[in-house]
Amino acid sequence: MAKFQRKGKGGTPAISTASLPDIVFMLLFFFMVTTVMRETDLMIKVNVPYATEIKKLEKKSLVSYIYIGEPKEQYQRKFGTEPRIQLNGQFASVNDIILFITSERQAHDENEVPLLTTSLKVDGKTKMGIITDVKQELRKCSALKINYSTKKGTKP
Amino acid sequence: MARRELPEINAGSMADIAFLLLIFFLVTTTMDVDSGLSRKLPPIPEETTEKPPEIKERNVFIVLINSKNQLQVEGKLMRIEDLKKSAKEFVENPADKKNLPEKEAKDIPFFGNYMVSKGVVSLQNDRGTSYETYIAVQNELIAAYNELRNELAQRRFGKAFSDCNEDQQKAIKKIYPQRISEAEPKNIGGK
Repeated sequence: MAKFQRKGKGGTPAISTASLPDIVFMLLFFFMVTTVMRETDLMIKVNVPYATEIKKLEKKSLVSYIYIGEPKEQYQRKFGTEPRIQLNGQFASVNDIILFITSERQAHDENEVPLLTTSLKVDGKTKMGIITDVKQELRKCSALKINYSTKKGTKP
Repeated sequence: MARRELPEINAGSMADIAFLLLIFFLVTTTMDVDSGLSRKLPPIPEETTEKPPEIKERNVFIVLINSKNQLQVEGKLMRIEDLKKSAKEFVENPADKKNLPEKEAKDIPFFGNYMVSKGVVSLQNDRGTSYETYIAVQNELIAAYNELRNELAQRRFGKAFSDCNEDQQKAIKKIYPQRISEAEPKNIGGK
């Protein structure tokens, strides 16, 4: 009769964890490379609407952002609850937009200027009046490429 | 004197350190890709230019949104859900109706002489319209054009518009140019 003999000691051998740091480092580098730290603190509530026919914004360095929405609660005492414009981390008025666009242009190379896009991050509940004013200002300084920031999908 | 061997540094805690950093970056990462509806604003007309060319009424698809977010299309109230279908019908004018846009024969690569619709979508909103509705309407109008382009690409090239090569896309864009014009908003509904 054949005998079955166990080879060596029982149990499974311990898996070597020597390569664990390598795996973790790989993940770490991935996240380090893809991380974009948000430069501006949002002082307004922005809940962008939904749309389906969206396009991705390429080259983030060529995009300047204009935020429009209701001020957050901690700013409401000072700035009220009417929708306001935020540029570069501070509240601004419609007249500041031309200056903002000019400074954005100066920060870029001359041949990149026609590629600059303005992304409008606007809260869904905002009325069109203020947005129209912003669009007029953008037309005045011929920053014609715009992008209405939206989420993908349909309104739930 | 016997040389002492350098003791090996214990690398066992390396994984812990790496994990710590990893978790930090995991938490701070925002993976949101910015996306949205890309549009081009019209340049401000120069004063010296003559009057804009007149467009016949049958070639214009008038979309109005009032301050109560109601939609009026070609004189009739409409729901946003129906807008895409009626915009598509307007641009394509499949039955060559008299009240829908004219067509003009144009020489287009891949297609030869093709009847191109002269339709223009005109969008006007009130200052009191909500941004959400405005985007929904814009989205439907763009969707109408995208669907038309896709259908044509499917018919002619047997693949989706986005899979066509650059020249093919250019030709299709010539047949269905995205002509959405925005009029200056009115201020009827107050603020």
